[in-house]
Amino acid sequence: MNDTPTRQVGERIRRIEDPALLRGAGRFVGDIELPGMLHAAFVRSPYAHALVTHIDVTDALATPGVVAVMAARDIARGLTTLRMPLGFPTTTLPPNITPFVLTPEEVCFAGEAVALVLATSRYTAEDGAGVVAVDYEPLPVLADCRDALKADAPKVRRESSDNVLCTFNVGYGDCAGAFAGAAHVFGEQLHQHRGGAHPMEGRGIVANYDKFAGSLSVWSSTQMSHELQFTVAAMLGIAEQSVRVVAPDVGGGFGAKFLVYPEEIAIAAAARLHACPVKWIEDRAEHFVSAIQERDQHWDVEIAVDGDGLILGVRGRMIHDQGAYTPQGINCPYNAATAVTGSYVVPNYNLDVFVAQTNKVFTIPVRGAGYPEGTFVMERLLDRAAHELGIDRALIRERNLVTAAKMPYVKPLKNRAGHAITLDSGDYPACQAKVLDVIDYAGFAERKKAARAQGRHIGIGMAHGVKGTGRGPFESASVKVSPSGRITVSTGAMAMGQGISTALAQIAAEALGATMDSIDVIAGDTAAISMGIGGFASRQTLTAGSSVLLAARKVNDKARKVASQMLEVSADDLVLRDGNVEVRGVPEMSVPLTRIARLLRGIPGYDLPRGVGAGLEATAHWEPDAMAYANAFHACEVEVDVETGGVTLLRYVAIQDSGRLVNPLIVEGQVHGGIVHGIGNALFEYMRYDENAQPISTTFADYLLPTSTEIPHLEVLFMESPSATNPLGVKGVGEVGTIPVTSAIASAVDDALSEYGVRIRAVPIDPVRVVEMIDAAQVGT
Amino acid sequence: MTPGTTSNQHAIELVVNDKPRAVTVESRTTLADCLRSQLGLTGTHLGCEHGVCGACTVLVDGRTARGCLMLAAQADGCRITTVEGLSGDGELAPLQQAFWNCHGLQCGYCTPGILMTLTELLADDPRADENAIRLALSGHLCRCTGYQNIVAAALAAVECLRGNA
Amino acid sequence: MKPSPFVLHTPRSVAQALDLLAGSDNARVLAGGQSLMPMLNMRLAAPDVLVDINRIEALAYIREEQGEIAIGAMTRQRDVEFSALVADRLPLMKEAILQVGHRQTRNRGTLGGSLCHLDPSAEMPSVMMAMDATLHVQSARGHRTLSMAQFAEGMMTTALAPDEILTGVRIRPWASAHGWCFVEFARRHGDFAVVSAAAMVELDRQGLIAHASLTLGGLAATPLRNPAAEQALIGRSDEAGFDQAAALVQQCDALDDPAFPSWYRRRLATRLLRRAIGSAFQRANARGANA
Repeated sequence: MNDTPTRQVGERIRRIEDPALLRGAGRFVGDIELPGMLHAAFVRSPYAHALVTHIDVTDALATPGVVAVMAARDIARGLTTLRMPLGFPTTTLPPNITPFVLTPEEVCFAGEAVALVLATSRYTAEDGAGVVAVDYEPLPVLADCRDALKADAPKVRRESSDNVLCTFNVGYGDCAGAFAGAAHVFGEQLHQHRGGAHPMEGRGIVANYDKFAGSLSVWSSTQMSHELQFTVAAMLGIAEQSVRVVAPDVGGGFGAKFLVYPEEIAIAAAARLHACPVKWIEDRAEHFVSAIQERDQHWDVEIAVDGDGLILGVRGRMIHDQGAYTPQGINCPYNAATAVTGSYVVPNYNLDVFVAQTNKVFTIPVRGAGYPEGTFVMERLLDRAAHELGIDRALIRERNLVTAAKMPYVKPLKNRAGHAITLDSGDYPACQAKVLDVIDYAGFAERKKAARAQGRHIGIGMAHGVKGTGRGPFESASVKVSPSGRITVSTGAMAMGQGISTALAQIAAEALGATMDSIDVIAGDTAAISMGIGGFASRQTLTAGSSVLLAARKVNDKARKVASQMLEVSADDLVLRDGNVEVRGVPEMSVPLTRIARLLRGIPGYDLPRGVGAGLEATAHWEPDAMAYANAFHACEVEVDVETGGVTLLRYVAIQDSGRLVNPLIVEGQVHGGIVHGIGNALFEYMRYDENAQPISTTFADYLLPTSTEIPHLEVLFMESPSATNPLGVKGVGEVGTIPVTSAIASAVDDALSEYGVRIRAVPIDPVRVVEMIDAAQVGT
Repeated sequence: MTPGTTSNQHAIELVVNDKPRAVTVESRTTLADCLRSQLGLTGTHLGCEHGVCGACTVLVDGRTARGCLMLAAQADGCRITTVEGLSGDGELAPLQQAFWNCHGLQCGYCTPGILMTLTELLADDPRADENAIRLALSGHLCRCTGYQNIVAAALAAVECLRGNA
Repeated sequence: MKPSPFVLHTPRSVAQALDLLAGSDNARVLAGGQSLMPMLNMRLAAPDVLVDINRIEALAYIREEQGEIAIGAMTRQRDVEFSALVADRLPLMKEAILQVGHRQTRNRGTLGGSLCHLDPSAEMPSVMMAMDATLHVQSARGHRTLSMAQFAEGMMTTALAPDEILTGVRIRPWASAHGWCFVEFARRHGDFAVVSAAAMVELDRQGLIAHASLTLGGLAATPLRNPAAEQALIGRSDEAGFDQAAALVQQCDALDDPAFPSWYRRRLATRLLRRAIGSAFQRANARGANA
């Protein structure tokens, strides 16, 4: 883009989203009020597993304000099927594994919806829901995913022939041979837990059926507008073009909204059946029990190394807690399994995965999507090997990293699209060296000694992370210059707080020589563009950005072709700047874009300019051939209070390589948020259930998110290794910061407690367990 | 039930963002719901409705309060400031401007409550340092920013206000 | 998460409030609302009548009365935090109040509300227990005073009858040369403590502990004084003596839950109490030296 007169990409530009949000003028789904609107509340099962034997709605219907109560058979009247479709259709999973819009006869997790109450306000809807009398016949419960592998365990769902949804193997090479001949083999049993997504805005939907037009308008706080449109149309049995889905301002997603939920279909169906607007806003209590989580993975793994710590192989097995249903697929355990080898050269690898069903709410990926878990396994094994062999933790990593010279590095593993995992660019050793220099790793031993002399236990830890970003199959974008001069970018990408509108506007502005304030971005509105995939896998700047770039270039070409006919100069000598097409170096020779846009709109009965076609607009659906692998290296210092088991973060330094940065200001913010999400997973967030699969930590007083006082000032550095996978040279950002965090903190806690020989094998790190381990070490000595 | 003085409906008068407002509320209506649904001030958001996340924080007679932990009827006669009152439709207030400049928000859902807390803090302590800012912010949850740029924005606002003083 | 229906009363005087309570079934008193309102929103509490005492100005005060500090039940936690009288005369309370919630909740939250909610690890009940506060309770039937031990009957259960209101507390300050310390272990700043420890000591002329008050929060259903440990401190000024006193807490029964088992709570109690004793002693020493 050397020709462009105004550089926008790469600049720290303030976000176009912000002024409205700062004034309280954002429009979130909860802010939508429509005349005659009914408010919904769901009746949810208090049991983790039970038969629904009877539902009595008499008292509920007698409650002031209550208009209707709908159970499964009632809502089924408005649906082609009561069962949700599988999000990622595949023939490799068994049938009948998805949740119901409302469950007809069996509840399989506490929080599953059995009925829907419509009333004149949310207050009265809850009044009604509270007196819907549901008779339950409790059934045996499977609470711990490890029990799913036992033959005599109770069935999670009566219709399911096996509590293990599926098993699969990931691997390559000859692990048996490698382990047999290895100088050293070290095994670890690791338990990883990642709780809920917890965007500050929960889920929510407003649906309005227009019976005259036969059309349904839906506003949903979703990460996938088009999928919601297609699913609503299919399940309600109406034409896709009769359903419009708009994502208004979305108050964060983090994975929780990358799913078409039963509640969304229920509300859409209720709006159509009752021919009025219906609103449901998920409250926090509901988010805790009915929105997706990532939850438990139990890993039993071992690493084979030679005497110098060179990795010979990694193998083992993993049990993944899938929950009661499978709404989307098995991408989270698959990602985790394929992420283990990460940044390293691992010649032999073999992992057996058991996807285990439990009587708990279903799981799909949360920010990071299995990569933090896979990373934790590898990084813990490396720390263990380093410890056993007496090799410095930095050195063992250095010896095993994929080096810059090996890029692009093809792993003998396939991502879930079936493509070989190919680390496309980056310099992992340089990232490590930079961060260790900044945090003064060399001087840490002295600092530790000095602290110990004061009775303090401090430790330093480190971890690498790498993540495939920019998943396909495509993302849509159209760029249109209107005769008013406004430039509209429409995309199927979803804005949920990441600043994607600003990033896309920058790309369009630069390609069209336009100013930022001439651009409007419409994201997540199915009326604005016909296709779209949505927001997940740190993909949108890469995929939608590439589409915007390609579409904007087509518009640029069109504009110059038309201007070249008008000015009688070669299109090659023309350049777009500030709303004009001008002769390079001769700005007084120019044509306004507004005039070209007017011409290309067409004048009845007159010809268009030659050879360009109608409309100063273009659409692109850029398709990535491969994922772009962004990497990170984190190091941190912690202090552990050996009396309480409390862990305090003293310092956190991170480097991230996300290729070329479209807007460093936004990228930094994404990295901060990613790291702090990881800190939550490392130290605070535990979604606790009891042995009956009853959720216990169902408030923000029990389920702890990180707060400002628990987070040190984060030092964030960047390396920019452009990716050849896409025309922008970018890599994804949003999840990458999360990936190494649990590993780095566990490594630091180990180090702080080295004199006790403590090894962290579970996250979140529980102070009770830390004290227990210290005690055990002291008893042993 | 005592006749006369109270019932299930309460006609209340309050001053919201410097404008007198009269509204009739149910006993159980929370202040946050009243502001959002009855007064149309949807800038105040609900994130947890149990007093932890802080998204619904507003100023009641100049002091921060959780909008979900107050009944609207309790605000009778009070002066309420919400995010909409920080600058109206005019130029952004220095604190809002600092949030924009420093990328102190992402999804923007928690932001209104945080702006109200920092408005109170900077009024109490115009020279607030990072520690004081982090302490004040610890009453808020933000899932997007990791708090870092919120702290940076607050410090920038302190600088700006000091410059203007 | 919206409250179920109730009737709200807003009395302006204690007498009005007491009449309302006397005449209502299933009524709750609404103080600062930082605990009761979440329970209403979650429908864990569903009173038919709510008596809001926020408009009773006579219940909000901090003042000295006959050598005691009297604090009204509706005194905001913020006012405790910024009270010069509290800082000067009740430094333990000042140190504890800074660990209560967040500025947004302290603005509304009240002393009386915290005492009546009686969370086992809340800071203010521990302070009342540590300082042998007298709690003043009224109903239409009359007035009575209770010690904190009498008031705190059990897990989140007070001795208040349904028609009674806690109107205030009176606390006798310790001599100015005393030492104090309130420490807690909470997962995050502002959270309820897992366990807290409050220590107050007075020294004799030799610098030995003459008088001690040791209280643990979060260890049992209600804040717990430990008279044996207090006794063990008398006449001591040595680390070993402090260790021995704190170790006596290991004998206590402790709450047990999946997140924090009883052995861990006892462990925290021992270690935190040891820290509190050490700090309180140091402060007493420093104050004594300055006196």
